Amino acid sequence: MAAVFANSARVALRSGASTSFKAGAAGLTFARGKATLPDLSYDYGALEPSISGKIMELHHKNHHNTYVNSYNTAVEQLQEAQHKGDIATQISLKPAINFHGGGHLNHTLFWENLAPKSAGGGEPPSGALAKAIDETYGSLGEFQNKVNTALAGIQGSGWAWLVKDKQTGQISIRTYANQDPVVGQFEPLLGIDAWEHAYYLDYQNRKAEYFKAIWEVINWKTVEKRFS
Amino acid sequence: MTHTLPPLPYAYDALEPVISKQIMELHHQKHHQTYVNNLNAALSSQVGATQANDVPTLISLQQKIRFNGGGHINHSLFWKNLTPPGTPGNDLAGAAPSLKEAIVSRWGSEDAFKKAFGAALLGIQGSGWGWLVSTGGPKSRLDITTTKDQDPVSAEDVPVFGVDMWEHAYYLQYLNNKAGYIEGIWKIINWAEAEKRYTAGVENPVKL
Repeated sequence: MAAVFANSARVALRSGASTSFKAGAAGLTFARGKATLPDLSYDYGALEPSISGKIMELHHKNHHNTYVNSYNTAVEQLQEAQHKGDIATQISLKPAINFHGGGHLNHTLFWENLAPKSAGGGEPPSGALAKAIDETYGSLGEFQNKVNTALAGIQGSGWAWLVKDKQTGQISIRTYANQDPVVGQFEPLLGIDAWEHAYYLDYQNRKAEYFKAIWEVINWKTVEKRFS
Repeated sequence: MTHTLPPLPYAYDALEPVISKQIMELHHQKHHQTYVNNLNAALSSQVGATQANDVPTLISLQQKIRFNGGGHINHSLFWKNLTPPGTPGNDLAGAAPSLKEAIVSRWGSEDAFKKAFGAALLGIQGSGWGWLVSTGGPKSRLDITTTKDQDPVSAEDVPVFGVDMWEHAYYLQYLNNKAGYIEGIWKIINWAEAEKRYTAGVENPVKL
């Protein structure tokens, strides 16, 4: 059932995208200058049992798509304000661009740092990233515990990220409120969505179970690429 | 003395079809209970830190108290400002004559108020609450305000009623259709409780 949803979603999405290019997150796509919902590289049901097909479908087609649409609306308003030289409106649009643009960036990165088990999801990192994690946190297990603690400590909606400091190259765990994106000094390597919509249908208030299960479908290959 | 979960003033399924029994059970027994437990833990740590004159720990506890204490306050207010659909309390004109008059004089009409309130709820970016407050005390200027996460309304303002916009408040039933939840909530607002708060204010909602 999930496969049918995924295929029809892909066809619908592709037909809307006349051109696409890569920027920042590998999956950020644009059509005629507008942000578009990126395709998933796996079926909605492919991350089960960690994340159900129903959650994936709602999360991608409804939540992420709303961020894309609202971001495009905000950018249109921004362009109009710029055209008119209306500085006050440009400034007032900042929270909407941060929130919806952040939502688009975060989810795009998130889909890419997940993978079904059959496509390597959950297989531990190797190489330089594995070394950095071991050196910083002692072991992958210790790192995962620390991320899970950070996720559990988020008061409200938000994300936890493994980030790389652009100045020192060091990795660290940081949490961000709502849809605040990882920008500036830090580069996003691995993000985990701690909004209730990311897990509630499967786990309800038992969010610790979601944080534990998601490691089964983390795509460490993507994280390694971002790190290097 | 520790805080305890207040019982609901109605059955878990009493707000159906607007809010399902499953949501109410989870929301009250799990979410609200967790705020109560974490508040008690933070307050107990605070006693120890105060006795030890451990200022860094005292400071680090403030955010936990704000979040979990806010969660306890907000939910305690919320349960009481809801009532089963079709009950006398749910009739604005009948149950809340002074509040209705104040709403109409402030927003022009009940509908205009509901529209403005709904827009404020939809504008929350992340988890939070929407409130009708009487600013500065009872029977004062009405305002629509939102608070993020579990922040309570300002201490000097009277929370006339609140609507929980955390996803756990509606997601099992409404999924991403926030507007559907907001439309439904008007059918279960307890205007009798809102009138009481508007005219007489609210005593500490989590008094031991």
